[in-house]
Amino acid sequence: MALDLPRVRAVTADARPATRPRLRWTTLGAGVTVCLGAVLVGCLVGPAGLGIRGVLLELLDAIPGVEVDSGLSVTQQAIFWEIRLPRVVLGVLVGATLAAAGTAYQGVFRNPLADPYLLGVSSGAGLGATLGIVAGGAVGPVGIPVLAFVGGLLGVAATYALGSSIGGGRGAVVIILAGVAVGAFFNAIQNFVQQRYDDSLLSVYSWMLGRLSTDGWSDVLIALPYVVVSCGVILLYRRTLDVMAVGDVEAASLGVDPARVRLVLVLTATLGTAAVVSVSGLIGFVGIVVPHAVRLLFGPAHQTLLPLALLFGAAFLVLADVVARTALAPAEVPIGVVTAVVGAPFFLIVLRRHKGTL
Amino acid sequence: MKGAQPVVECRGVGVDRGGVRVVTDVDLVVEPGDWVVVVGPNGAGKTSLLHAMAGLIPATGHLSVGGLDPGHAPRRRMARVVALMPQRPVVPEGTSVRELVALGRTPHLRRFGTETAEDREAVERTIDRLELVALADRPALDVSGGELQRVVLARALAQEPQVLLLDEPTSALDIGHQQSVLDLVSEMRLERQLTVIAAMHDLTLAGQYGRRVVLLHRGQVVADATPAEVLQPARLAEVYDARVEVLQRAAGPVVLPVRDPG
Repeated sequence: MALDLPRVRAVTADARPATRPRLRWTTLGAGVTVCLGAVLVGCLVGPAGLGIRGVLLELLDAIPGVEVDSGLSVTQQAIFWEIRLPRVVLGVLVGATLAAAGTAYQGVFRNPLADPYLLGVSSGAGLGATLGIVAGGAVGPVGIPVLAFVGGLLGVAATYALGSSIGGGRGAVVIILAGVAVGAFFNAIQNFVQQRYDDSLLSVYSWMLGRLSTDGWSDVLIALPYVVVSCGVILLYRRTLDVMAVGDVEAASLGVDPARVRLVLVLTATLGTAAVVSVSGLIGFVGIVVPHAVRLLFGPAHQTLLPLALLFGAAFLVLADVVARTALAPAEVPIGVVTAVVGAPFFLIVLRRHKGTL
Repeated sequence: MKGAQPVVECRGVGVDRGGVRVVTDVDLVVEPGDWVVVVGPNGAGKTSLLHAMAGLIPATGHLSVGGLDPGHAPRRRMARVVALMPQRPVVPEGTSVRELVALGRTPHLRRFGTETAEDREAVERTIDRLELVALADRPALDVSGGELQRVVLARALAQEPQVLLLDEPTSALDIGHQQSVLDLVSEMRLERQLTVIAAMHDLTLAGQYGRRVVLLHRGQVVADATPAEVLQPARLAEVYDARVEVLQRAAGPVVLPVRDPG
């Protein structure tokens, strides 16, 4: 094209910043460091003191071809490999997925308040998973995330349909109100189902409040494939989400199909949410706290926002779990309570920051 | 340019919005490099016609833009041919001027890819050409209305389109900024051999910048000719239900509103 314009002044390429602040390696490195630091804290804190030296050497020993003596006893090794580490890894998966899903929902709905919990996705997934649990052997552990996915999709579809039919010009807040109503409705059905099948009530009840299991690697393995697909697809759409920010008409004129992007990302984010709800229950506010904190620190470009939201989401949930385990030790506080205590005030801050535009 | 393959061709084009026919049986053929101004009262169908040309809303009849059918061509291909400068651009919070301009490269990126060095260079050249260098790192929300129109024009030019659609590009601007934006469009049209189709409210500016004026009324074309031929007081009085006087000046016809003497 005619880009060699006669009036272009001489421009030295290195005298100006890059067109788009690309994800810098230092920023990514900082995110990885924070995440690994949280993982280490998660591995170290607990009733059985393992010691930082022992944990690090034990991890080193696990690398094929490396033989070192960690100095941990057989019991300590079992605690580390079968209780501590799977729980921390589950925290990483759940936190990263909820943060990625929150970022994706906020992007496609252009709604800073969107979050898997506030859109009714988590409650729908919770109902689906509860039905799976009371059905018992008929669905099995693999079927539970599928039912959760169906429930989560019903939740977000109901919220979106309700919110946009009555939204008018105040879409963002109305959608969240609709989400809260849909969530309450699903929770009511879920409570009803729980009461009817009170033989499984206790396990469902503790799961609904949000908790990371101490039951070996099975939950990690159930959630992992869904989490990888969900986070992977959301990451692929990082630049498309920047285009979505200018609204459907302009996004379409820039070569993006907004309806299709919205469909793909809502399906993907709901799939990830459903999988983590199936294994960890209802953990709210991660999807709103983490993306907003990253936006405040590093700006709204998804190129940077999404990878960092994944890393900080993982770190946030692992640390929240540390608080949940230690605040009332030896008893445990449900992790959903911890994230809500941090997240609810944060939600109000976000609401205040956007008061002019909602 | 006479005799060249038309870049925009509408034959019997209609647009429905919410069950109401807003554009009816429009025939419009535009040669490459032309500047066509679409005028008409509020609700005449100007924006709908532009959006149909960009493939943003479905249309009936035969419609061809840059050899593509806007209703069926893939969005990416369409966006490499047609760029739209919207009436009220949406400016996301926290996005810099440079980032907003860079969105214009979207249809040229590989699927799921990000900007290459070549894309970044194209963006910098456009920023430089539209004299936005000093603003490039500022949040786009903080720039003035006239500056924002230049930013959005830069984004449209970064798409490297054949056809530039302008939806009332100057409606929010004072008279000086109206002229500077339209002068810039005029320069870019000549530099890049762009075809410009602009919906405009100001009939005097329409007559001065457009080489051809299309008057829409209730979704139909009621006049399509040179500015002097279209901008006739009797016709404007009828279509706009307005009292006007038209003065012929060297720069083009001047449409003057006249207050009811009674």
